[in-house]
Amino acid sequence: MIAASDIDKIFRDEAGRALATLIRLVGDFDLAEDALQDAFAVALERWSAGELPDNPRAWLVNVGRNKAIDRVRRQAAFRGKQQALLHELELNAQAPAEPPAMLDDDMLRLIFTCCHPAFASEVQVALTLRTVCGLSTAQVARAFLVSEDAMGQRLVRAKQKIRLAGIPYEVPERDALAPRLDGVLAVIYLVFTEGYVATSGADLMRPDLTAEAIRLARLLDRLMPDRAAIKGLLALMLLHDARRAGRETAAGDIVLLEEQDRSLWDRAQIEEGSRLVDEALRVPGRPQSYVVQAAIAALHARAPSYGQTDWPQIAGLYEVLLRINPSPVIELNHAAAVSMVDGPARALDLVDAIAARGGLDGYELLPAVRADLLRRLGRKQEAREAYAAATEATQLEPLRRLYARRVGEME
Amino acid sequence: MQYLLLIYRNEAQQSQMAPADYQKLLAEYSAYTQEIAQSGHFKAGDGLQPTSTAKTVRVRDGKAMTTDGPFAETREQLGGYYLVEAKDLDAAIALAARIPGARDGSIEVRPVMINK
Repeated sequence: MIAASDIDKIFRDEAGRALATLIRLVGDFDLAEDALQDAFAVALERWSAGELPDNPRAWLVNVGRNKAIDRVRRQAAFRGKQQALLHELELNAQAPAEPPAMLDDDMLRLIFTCCHPAFASEVQVALTLRTVCGLSTAQVARAFLVSEDAMGQRLVRAKQKIRLAGIPYEVPERDALAPRLDGVLAVIYLVFTEGYVATSGADLMRPDLTAEAIRLARLLDRLMPDRAAIKGLLALMLLHDARRAGRETAAGDIVLLEEQDRSLWDRAQIEEGSRLVDEALRVPGRPQSYVVQAAIAALHARAPSYGQTDWPQIAGLYEVLLRINPSPVIELNHAAAVSMVDGPARALDLVDAIAARGGLDGYELLPAVRADLLRRLGRKQEAREAYAAATEATQLEPLRRLYARRVGEME
Repeated sequence: MQYLLLIYRNEAQQSQMAPADYQKLLAEYSAYTQEIAQSGHFKAGDGLQPTSTAKTVRVRDGKAMTTDGPFAETREQLGGYYLVEAKDLDAAIALAARIPGARDGSIEVRPVMINK
């Protein structure tokens, strides 16, 4: 007997890639999704009876393809086009197993389709999280702070648009690739961020999502070598992810950077990330945001301790970043670095100035950064109020426990 | 798939074009039409007479009512169209971007509904 939870995990792991291949084989997003659901239903029945296939993904793709053929057959009136589709499907069904490189391309194809500029950027991220990363509609809805119904509608409309508007299911030609790439990188980074600091729920991190984002960036780096932005993003994610083991206690509590056991960090991954930063910096052209962010992450990752970190250079790099793309979130990070160079009082002035402009209304880390600065300044009552606001602002249990612990420490 | 490429441009501006410029524009359209006919994308396409020649018809309670001109006041007016065959939206957008009118007006790219 195989436990239902194990089967669930296989579904989660394989859904994105199985779907990507099925869409190419059947040529229709909705049909592929329905067929994959059919395949899951069969799998649940057979696998729990003890017949786990050697290669679950290939099994799901095969069964899904047959289910798609069934679905097309069941439709009462065949038109010429559907006949042709059926014929093609049946031909494909006899084809030998797909080579692995083809399957990688399927995933990339699915990403470029989900990130097509014909969609609004929110829709691009939602589609990628739902189809490429296999999040449930409810999880995607939470990430966007909208209701599950509203997100469900948005996804249905997006998939209709793929079919009705003829959005291509392919990786763009080399000439069109560059402008399309920025959008794809933004989506990949958002997927990573969702995995690195989950927006809600019992778990702080979702290593499956961070791994997926890193895998996709590696694939892009291989397909499009010598692009600073790709190398920068890959480096950034590797460097963050290398510190994963230090960020969380066995009980699932968050450990702040200053308290982390640096011997738990993945040295090999930090070296790889740092090497990629160097490579990216050597690529001619304007400085890229991801590269600067990765350079900051490398300074953190290679510092022997929190106190011995090169804070002045980090604050300087945040200023470079602010010139590339001004954003209140980066200003907030800059302020946090300034607190280590010039002290918390100066940083609090900066944070309050950002807050006064209203650019970070609703950003959950704003009250958290303020609370930390107030605590370090010994302004206990204000710090308590800020921690209460920070607790209110997050849906993440480990962060709530951290804030409660900080309030406790001040008593 | 088929796409309707709707060409919108400022009619008042176009009516004030110098004759030589207008002839040049027509020649560009003619060259574009030939290009996309040779590449197999062209299905149909025409320029339209100005909106001053247009009538808008609506049937209400079984009675046809006719008014002059297009219904809404807009900055740009429909001035012509192409119906093209393209393999996907990207290909249709690439065809639309080459229409001479895309430089000063705008091209709406509409997938043609497929009857099921």
